Amino acid sequence: MLIERKWKKWVYFYLPMAAFILFTLFPFYWMAVTAFRPDPELYRTWRQPSATPLWTLEPTLEHVKGLLQTTAFPQWLWNTMAIAIVSTAISLICGMFAGYALARLKFRGSEFLGTAIFITYLVPQTLLFIPLADIIRDMQLGNTPWALMLTYPTILIPFCTWLLMGYFKTIPKELEECARIDGATRFGAMVRIIFPVAVPGILSAGIFAFTLSWNEFIYALVFMASAEQKTVPVGVVSELIRGDIFFWGQLMAGALLGSVPVALVYSFFVEYYVTGLTGSVKG
Amino acid sequence: MANVSIRELNKKYDNGFHAVKDVSLEIRDKEFLVLVGPSGCGKTTTLRMVAGLEEITSGEIRIGDQVVNELPPMDRNIAMVFQNYALYPHKTVFDNMAFGLQMRGYAKEEIAKRVREAAEILGIEPLLARKPRQLSGGQRQRVAVGRAIVRHPQVFLFDEPLSNLDAKLRVQMRVELKRLHERLETTAIYVTHDQVEAMTLGDRVVVMKDGRVQQVGEPLELYGSPANRFVAGFIGSPAMNFVDVAISAAGDALWAEAQGLRVRVPTELAERVRPNAGKRLTLGVRPEALRLANGGDPAEYTFGSAVDVIEPLGNEILLNFRAGGVPMVARVDPGVRLKAHEAVRFALDPDRLHFFDAKTETAL
Repeated sequence: MLIERKWKKWVYFYLPMAAFILFTLFPFYWMAVTAFRPDPELYRTWRQPSATPLWTLEPTLEHVKGLLQTTAFPQWLWNTMAIAIVSTAISLICGMFAGYALARLKFRGSEFLGTAIFITYLVPQTLLFIPLADIIRDMQLGNTPWALMLTYPTILIPFCTWLLMGYFKTIPKELEECARIDGATRFGAMVRIIFPVAVPGILSAGIFAFTLSWNEFIYALVFMASAEQKTVPVGVVSELIRGDIFFWGQLMAGALLGSVPVALVYSFFVEYYVTGLTGSVKG
Repeated sequence: MANVSIRELNKKYDNGFHAVKDVSLEIRDKEFLVLVGPSGCGKTTTLRMVAGLEEITSGEIRIGDQVVNELPPMDRNIAMVFQNYALYPHKTVFDNMAFGLQMRGYAKEEIAKRVREAAEILGIEPLLARKPRQLSGGQRQRVAVGRAIVRHPQVFLFDEPLSNLDAKLRVQMRVELKRLHERLETTAIYVTHDQVEAMTLGDRVVVMKDGRVQQVGEPLELYGSPANRFVAGFIGSPAMNFVDVAISAAGDALWAEAQGLRVRVPTELAERVRPNAGKRLTLGVRPEALRLANGGDPAEYTFGSAVDVIEPLGNEILLNFRAGGVPMVARVDPGVRLKAHEAVRFALDPDRLHFFDAKTETAL
């Protein structure tokens, strides 16, 4: 009986799990290997007897060096970071207040407003960038970081609002009632009690918003023209593919360095992040 | 310290639900008043209106000499203990208790002194550095009470504070709350659905149903002379037995009759019952007003039946039987030895009979 269970666990749990992990991690592995592979290895055919497609015997930093020294990559990294942080901050602040209002205050049309905000989140960016481009041009923000810092919140605020609204609803309303009896105003109770208690939810909304703006492509491609204003996803693709030549080593090195900050952010807050998405608050 | 005066209080929600109807109460200084009733009777809504957490549709609430209708909760000088304790999860026990004082700008030393005092009263000094999630249910309860008492408020409000505790702890905390109230001498309004809590804690008890006050009185007054059938059935456990009876006059005597049951209306009640001769009334008998008949009992207060279920509880025995067409319960001495389905005669205590109008359900 026990033995039977053991092999069942292998077949139904460990093997599928291993296959899944392999499947999801392989692109990252491929990216890393390619980033450190010397050019002669990169551009030879697989049929050669000495080919080692899954690993390299002569790892090199030449692509990383080339990327950092000959391209504007460090500038792109800085642009991406600044834009992601500012747009995340704007979105979080708006999302916290809007989410609280929709979760707690009863006012005429609050439900309609909640749905309306959600619907704006559903409009695809591939449509929205056309009117937004018009606005950006009118406000003469094109080719400045503000073009992205102010347009990213149009997707991020609805997202943060909805995530935080759901989280605020799990917080017992007695907590703030008690705070109001204890001498806090409604605003005071929100800032001193509800927000600190909602930290896991706020962090997950923040991480999500940060990742979304870090990886955003369409707006960055359309609103940013000059090479030194670009973000990592756009810069890597537009500057490292010249005509029909793919600089695979630098491309992959750029992708690798570009994903490191996001991975770091996730690993720092992973516990908060999980409770933020799944957990609730107990008083 | 203050009295609380509630006049013609009404609460109507936007969806039209009329939760509290014309409630008027005078709560005396230092009194412990309990609001009790089934869920949805408006007791919690009433309490929340006193706290300022719920808007008042019409009526007036005064705390001391001040009308507080429009005052926000923070300016009413009250403290409230919630059913789920509502401790701030990100603050330590000390900070939970200190929060109300910090918000009111007390000096640090004064805050520390008051928190320590309250912690000492409640025996939670060793817990001051912990977070709420590291506490047991009983400890959280104490912290919630502690947070209320550090502020020295004019009025304490309790919203079913013991409902989340297990049965044993609940009895223990009940006694502690009573002791605490005697020590602090502060006006308290306490909401519960548990009639035992209401009876043991309250100086006076308010029974509510469907948003209306049914009766206000001292615990034993409610028990001994309930104003209507609802109060009679709600207070006391097991509940009072109710039998529909027909009233008939035979000379001077009035008789209440139901199937297998014929009881003479006691002379003290005869005056009030007489106008109903020929009509139907509800007869109420508490389980403890019933006992097994012995040879000497007058025939007009005894009747026969057969016991179907016997519940020995140790200190007493509950006998379940049918009489007058309805199931009834008698609470008898633990020494009684009976077998199920044995035919027995029961005797009623004529001084403890209640008659209720069949339609209005008010006591006669």
